[in-house]
Amino acid sequence: MSNNSKVFLGPLAKNNPITVQILGICSCLAVTAQLKPAVVMALSVTVVVALSNLIISLMRNTIPPRIRIIVQLVVVSALVILVNQVLMAYVYDVSKQLSVYVGLIITNCIVMGRLEAFAMNHKPWESMLDGIGNGLGYGVVLVILGAFRELFGSGSLWGVPVMEKLGMYKIGYENNGLVIMAPMALILVGVIIWIQRSKDKELQEQ
Amino acid sequence: MEYINIFVKSIFIDNMIFAFFLGMCSYLAVSKTVKTSAGLGIAVTFVLLITVPVNYLLNKYVLEPGALAWLGEKFANIDLSFLSLIMFIAVIAAIVQIVEMVVEKFSPSLYNSLGIFLPLIAVNCAVMGGSLFMQQRGYSNIGEVSCFALGSGIGWLLAIVGIAAIREKLRYSHIPPALKGVGITFIITGLMGMAFMSFMGIKL
Repeated sequence: MSNNSKVFLGPLAKNNPITVQILGICSCLAVTAQLKPAVVMALSVTVVVALSNLIISLMRNTIPPRIRIIVQLVVVSALVILVNQVLMAYVYDVSKQLSVYVGLIITNCIVMGRLEAFAMNHKPWESMLDGIGNGLGYGVVLVILGAFRELFGSGSLWGVPVMEKLGMYKIGYENNGLVIMAPMALILVGVIIWIQRSKDKELQEQ
Repeated sequence: MEYINIFVKSIFIDNMIFAFFLGMCSYLAVSKTVKTSAGLGIAVTFVLLITVPVNYLLNKYVLEPGALAWLGEKFANIDLSFLSLIMFIAVIAAIVQIVEMVVEKFSPSLYNSLGIFLPLIAVNCAVMGGSLFMQQRGYSNIGEVSCFALGSGIGWLLAIVGIAAIREKLRYSHIPPALKGVGITFIITGLMGMAFMSFMGIKL
């Protein structure tokens, strides 16, 4: 496997930002009560991580190390403002549902973590691949959580009432209201980590 | 009465961690011992208590649609709210820097005990989240905003000290190897969140 594809594919499973690096948990839990906001959020984060990695990597030799955090914050918040304006213009209802969590991409640990750990000492193209990879790795977990919580919590998928169409309510099926609540999101992430670590023994903590 | 209501509500019902998952990263990373987590909790409360009211004033007199009316007729139609994200984060980063310098100057012992956590608070989602919720919920005066900020900080402090105490005991129990560390912490946080949900509907 070449170096670039390792950089790109690593974050999708073995080095997943959420389940292995434990970064960006806040938004991952908060936006996944339904599938659609989860997908929109995943795309926004991917765009921000990829572009900010690219920009910081281009500037990495000119940024004075003492003020690098401020420089990174300015670049990231400019990108987040752009994403926020685009979301408000084209998918207003989803942007309302995401509420403060779009703004919180600025302080999302994935963005800052990848900038510090990768973009500051790698070439632009590699950094951008790393950003896209991490964004997608984050997106995979978001989509799994969003699909599970929407299907079992409100009986629909992407707004389509799947359970009703399958006639599940007639045979006595009930939606599980707890799945939409905040605590269940935490437990689900715990279970995903559990499954991944039982398959991949290297990741287990001592 | 309104103040107490907002204060209690932001500690228990709208708890930063159990209801909105804000500041999860440092919550998971730092909650290994009670002592350090209490230090971080106090630092977060302190920074929230300063940044949220400052951002409130900034929002009210500079950023909101029509907020610049105090400059004169010509400025009454300006809407700078699209700048709020970058202004808030700049204020937070600057204030964290100032707080760090003040604490270092006047209380070296507190500075040493907080150590590296102080500069990291600038990128803590709970602090940024506090300012964004303040903007979204439209509190009517600075007293309410301060109560909200103090309450959110104390709620965060309670949560992180609670989980740290549990994790200290957890070291002696038998957990499936794949769940050790982060996995079990997530599940415990979920269970604590369920307990906090029983506060819902309290109104003073």
